[in-house]
Amino acid sequence: MGMGAALFLVLAVLTVVSALGVVLHPNPVKSALALIVTLFLLAVVFVLLEAHMIAALQIIVYAGAIMVLFLFVIMLLNLQSEDPERGRRRFVLRGLAWAGGVLLAVELALLTRGAPVGRPGAAPEGYGTAQSVAQSLFTDFLLPFELTSILLLVAVVGAVVLAQKQRRPTIS
Amino acid sequence: MGLIEVGIAAAKAFAVLMLVLHMSAILLWVERKGSALIQDRIGANRANIFGVMPFNFGLLNTLIADPLKLITKEDVVPAGADKLLHFLAPFLAVFPVMVTFAAVPFGDQLVIGDYTINLQVADLDIGILYVLAMSSLAVYGVVLAGWASNSRWALLGGIRGAAQMISYEIAMGLALIGAVMTFGTLDMQAIARAQGHHFYGVIPAWGIIYQPLGFLIFLIAGIAESKRVPFDLPEGESELISGYFTEYSGMKQAAFMLSDFAESVVVAGLATTLFFGAWQVPFLFRDGFHFPGGVIVALPHLAVVAMQIASFTIKVFLLCVFQILVRWTLPRYRYDQVMDLGWKYLLPLALANMLVTGIVIVMLG
Repeated sequence: MGMGAALFLVLAVLTVVSALGVVLHPNPVKSALALIVTLFLLAVVFVLLEAHMIAALQIIVYAGAIMVLFLFVIMLLNLQSEDPERGRRRFVLRGLAWAGGVLLAVELALLTRGAPVGRPGAAPEGYGTAQSVAQSLFTDFLLPFELTSILLLVAVVGAVVLAQKQRRPTIS
Repeated sequence: MGLIEVGIAAAKAFAVLMLVLHMSAILLWVERKGSALIQDRIGANRANIFGVMPFNFGLLNTLIADPLKLITKEDVVPAGADKLLHFLAPFLAVFPVMVTFAAVPFGDQLVIGDYTINLQVADLDIGILYVLAMSSLAVYGVVLAGWASNSRWALLGGIRGAAQMISYEIAMGLALIGAVMTFGTLDMQAIARAQGHHFYGVIPAWGIIYQPLGFLIFLIAGIAESKRVPFDLPEGESELISGYFTEYSGMKQAAFMLSDFAESVVVAGLATTLFFGAWQVPFLFRDGFHFPGGVIVALPHLAVVAMQIASFTIKVFLLCVFQILVRWTLPRYRYDQVMDLGWKYLLPLALANMLVTGIVIVMLG
């Protein structure tokens, strides 16, 4: 087992453990923190795959921006730890069922289509650099890229509309 | 990778860490004495161990006495605090700031015998993105300190800090994009090298010539990111005691203070790299000075590298001092003013800067 594979194994275990922490921890702040750790570890996995640019973006966008807003909202609403007993078992069962289902589907797909055999070749020259990512974003994936930005814009406008206070008729 | 390469890498990392830490400690002293100078006071003069003139050796005494005092103080954890997060928060505040400097080059290549040492801890292809990624993590120290302390002051400070830092991060990133577009790379060493020539043979081609507005936005956003006056609302000692680190004592409290100063150093380091020619000295090339008019002063390689490192350090220090001057000149903003400045002025300005930069680049081909 090479150095990369050993590192990946350690990272994978840590990632799964912290991801479990997101779901299982009763305290919302700690749950959000576990999610940040998960995203950070995922970024490290990207680094192992030579995708440095994606790793940096993963941290900037998810760990650095979105999760701050999550924490901000949790703190602002002052959410308390949930009661561990109430309905916990049902959710755990349901979650396990879903996870098992997804695992089964993946295994079936691998069985019917055949698992990827052998080592994939080394990454091509310049793989994962900002230039190569930008190249494919602005040529092959230009339309989806622009559509995504429109989708985000719609989400922003929608959020502003929803958050706006209802205008009351002024009393004259 | 041989033992020597590992040693070189470790030495570089150690040197940069020491640079940030010592610069922060010296800045603490400059701030005390500088503020006293500005306000016509004497300033810190109690740490005068050997009976010498405080202004002459005050720096040394402060550097020794202050950490000694802080380390030996009692470490208080408030009742009802989340012990784990309360313990973790100072580390989370210091760590991102310290590792940010890894991508900042502090000199060109140093050649000793067969070894060519790139004077940069981490030679990253995506240097600027790495810096933004790490600085975006700095907010967690503030937020968690505020939340875990079980105190109203701290919670208010933490929430203010989160909102402020995430607002100014955007303006800061967009201001940097202008510089990235100008130099056409995210690699900070390449950006440093690109600033080595001169316009008309006399004006050094530093980033600020291309991106004056970008520099201004970056500096303002950077001061706001480091939570210093006039943007010190998360701390706001006249309204929130000490804001997010109200409930910290001893070395943990010092860690938050240190991270603030270290953030100033990081902001100065980034501004130096992108806008003030990094380690470039005007007219200094690899083999010595080439002054306009054809005067050439040849210098040995080691002298050139030493001057580059000195140039970088001096530029960073001067920018830090400038931040301290700002701190003691301006009063604190109101909260709505902070948000207005970030979202209504800096963000559109940074976008306009990007647009104009792009148009100019396309027009110049």
